Amino acid sequence: MTQFLIIMIYLGLLLGLGLIASTMFRGTKKDYMQASHSIGPFLLLMSLFGTTMTAFALVGSSGEAFKEGIGVYGMLASSSGIVHSLCFFLIGVKLWSLGRRYGYTTQIQFFRDRLQSDRIGLLLFPILVGLIIPYLLIGVLASGSTIQQMTSGAFPGMFPTDSPATHGGLPPWLGSLIICLVVLIYVFFGGMRGTAWANAFQTIVFMVLGLVTFVVIANKLGSGSAFDKNQDGTTSFEELVAMEETTAKAKLAAGEAALKKAIRDGGEEDFENAEEAIAQAKQSLELTEENARKRWNLLSKFDRNQDQKISPDERPGFFENLASATQAAGHDKLTREHISKTKFFTYLLIPLSVGMFPHIFQHWLTAKSADSFKLPVVAHPIFIMIVWVPCVLIGVWATTQLVPPVPPLPSNPNAILPFLVKTQTSDLLAGFLTAGILAAIMSSLDSQFLCMGAMFENDIFTYYMGKDRFSEKQQVWITRGFIVLIVAITYLLSLSHPVSVFTLGVWCFSGFSSLFPLVVAALYWRRLTKTGAYTSVIAAAGTWWYHFSASNYATNRGYMIEWALGTETYEFMPVTMIMLVATVVMIVVSLVTEPPEQEVVDRFFSPKT
Amino acid sequence: MAGQRIAGLWVWGLVLLLIVLHQDNFFWHDDTLVLGFLPIGLFYHACISVAAAVTWFLGTKFAWPDYETESSAADSIEAEDAR
Repeated sequence: MTQFLIIMIYLGLLLGLGLIASTMFRGTKKDYMQASHSIGPFLLLMSLFGTTMTAFALVGSSGEAFKEGIGVYGMLASSSGIVHSLCFFLIGVKLWSLGRRYGYTTQIQFFRDRLQSDRIGLLLFPILVGLIIPYLLIGVLASGSTIQQMTSGAFPGMFPTDSPATHGGLPPWLGSLIICLVVLIYVFFGGMRGTAWANAFQTIVFMVLGLVTFVVIANKLGSGSAFDKNQDGTTSFEELVAMEETTAKAKLAAGEAALKKAIRDGGEEDFENAEEAIAQAKQSLELTEENARKRWNLLSKFDRNQDQKISPDERPGFFENLASATQAAGHDKLTREHISKTKFFTYLLIPLSVGMFPHIFQHWLTAKSADSFKLPVVAHPIFIMIVWVPCVLIGVWATTQLVPPVPPLPSNPNAILPFLVKTQTSDLLAGFLTAGILAAIMSSLDSQFLCMGAMFENDIFTYYMGKDRFSEKQQVWITRGFIVLIVAITYLLSLSHPVSVFTLGVWCFSGFSSLFPLVVAALYWRRLTKTGAYTSVIAAAGTWWYHFSASNYATNRGYMIEWALGTETYEFMPVTMIMLVATVVMIVVSLVTEPPEQEVVDRFFSPKT
Repeated sequence: MAGQRIAGLWVWGLVLLLIVLHQDNFFWHDDTLVLGFLPIGLFYHACISVAAAVTWFLGTKFAWPDYETESSAADSIEAEDAR
């Protein structure tokens, strides 16, 4: 119940913030969609960071580290630190400058003007919307499942479930509905200013709470006190054996249930995973005493009766606990044993997606001046580090025997962080961390809803109905109407339980990355022609679809392009091929087609010196 | 002007260097713990994040294009439109 109350208070605060922002609304379309270009460096940093960091930054980072070890930091975080800032620097500031000069609100307005083509909008619009909808769904679904897990036990009579992890928690349909309504209200009334303020507030919340969680979990696991379940602060060897046995049996039952489901649904990869889980559970069942002995030996290095034997001054400090927790991890989690070097390298292309995110484009346009970009460009890599390093370490610690075997760890890696918080910290901190996870989710959802509304209004509705037929005020209301519609559609789609949508994440990012060469060429290459742009987009979409279908529509999660060279086989992210094809086609076709008119080139490029 | 151009090239050189250094094959199988608690692969990439921030700071100092003039032009256009 504590968690539930904290979540409600947090959502109330957020609504208040959005409503305060709405009192500053100037009634114009530019104010609603771009906060009248009034956002300074600090707010721009917080809103850009909050928007690029989804729920994945907190729960996904620890979940991936749990699976793959520390390598995920280099693959997803330090790469983003370099590449995101590169996008802000090379693309963001330039687009902001052109946006100010020619009054753009959306990316499609820019491309239509730059390429002097109406149809490029019709080509790009369904692609951008199609890529962003799964991204929205991930946020809505993640918010529902997070709220259910973290409020479990609050309403056992009203919302019973079979699983102890979710029993009595708010059902996902209700949690998602609450989040959609809260985001809708502050976006509807506050527009971009409300969104930027809410993002700044939420970014502070998830950064601070992430760090607090890190310290508490480090002290709990690293001191061995996660096992202090008895009054005298110890757990006996016999109790450890019983714990191991209970866990192995629970894993076996879960594996068998997953196998039945895989047979029913026909998922080849799920079938293999379930068989592997069953084999591991059976092995654990045979080795319960041996595993308990290993855990006992590990725990014996801690003084298990600290309160009675050691004075507070002599207890291990935070850094000693950090060391104990990390030293308990296996070699494979402390290195990148299981990560292919070429996959690691080509993952650098994924963060380029930021250069083509429509919602990031809209945030760029809110900047007060070009100088407002300097702080986000410099601080973004550091902010990523502050959030990711602790989460990656927590994910690695979760693989150690310092985590009690009962209750068993969840099978979904993304549930590792909420699980540890719920089992290893207080209700109060669990409630705050839930607020932090929801903050990370909502700080992306709000920008995406707003930008989708702006795209429908600008690029389709008023573009074809005639902008002059509507007053500024009417255009704001039309945008709001579209936002309500998009929130409703997204919510309804989330009710159809599209579980596979989570696997679409990296494919969405790859799609946006494959449009990156187009935006770079539009900004820096005078010779880009509209035919070159069309063919590049079509080639990117075709190559993307080819690989997407080859991955069995994202169900083969480990799908990679494999190139055999001699005796070695090298793995590459599919985005490598998609971007290569899109770039080559764009350059070749642009060079063989008629150059753009000089008058158009002069509008976008300074004279050659 | 020429000095600033050279400084800008140095900054872009640093960005390229960062991308090369990001591929740290030398720590791939190393499980050494820095300060006793930070795996060296994680420590190295945290350093890459800090180095990225420093590089971008230099970028904003020495390779930042003059967009303020363009934004002043935009303000004039907006002011004219308002009239």
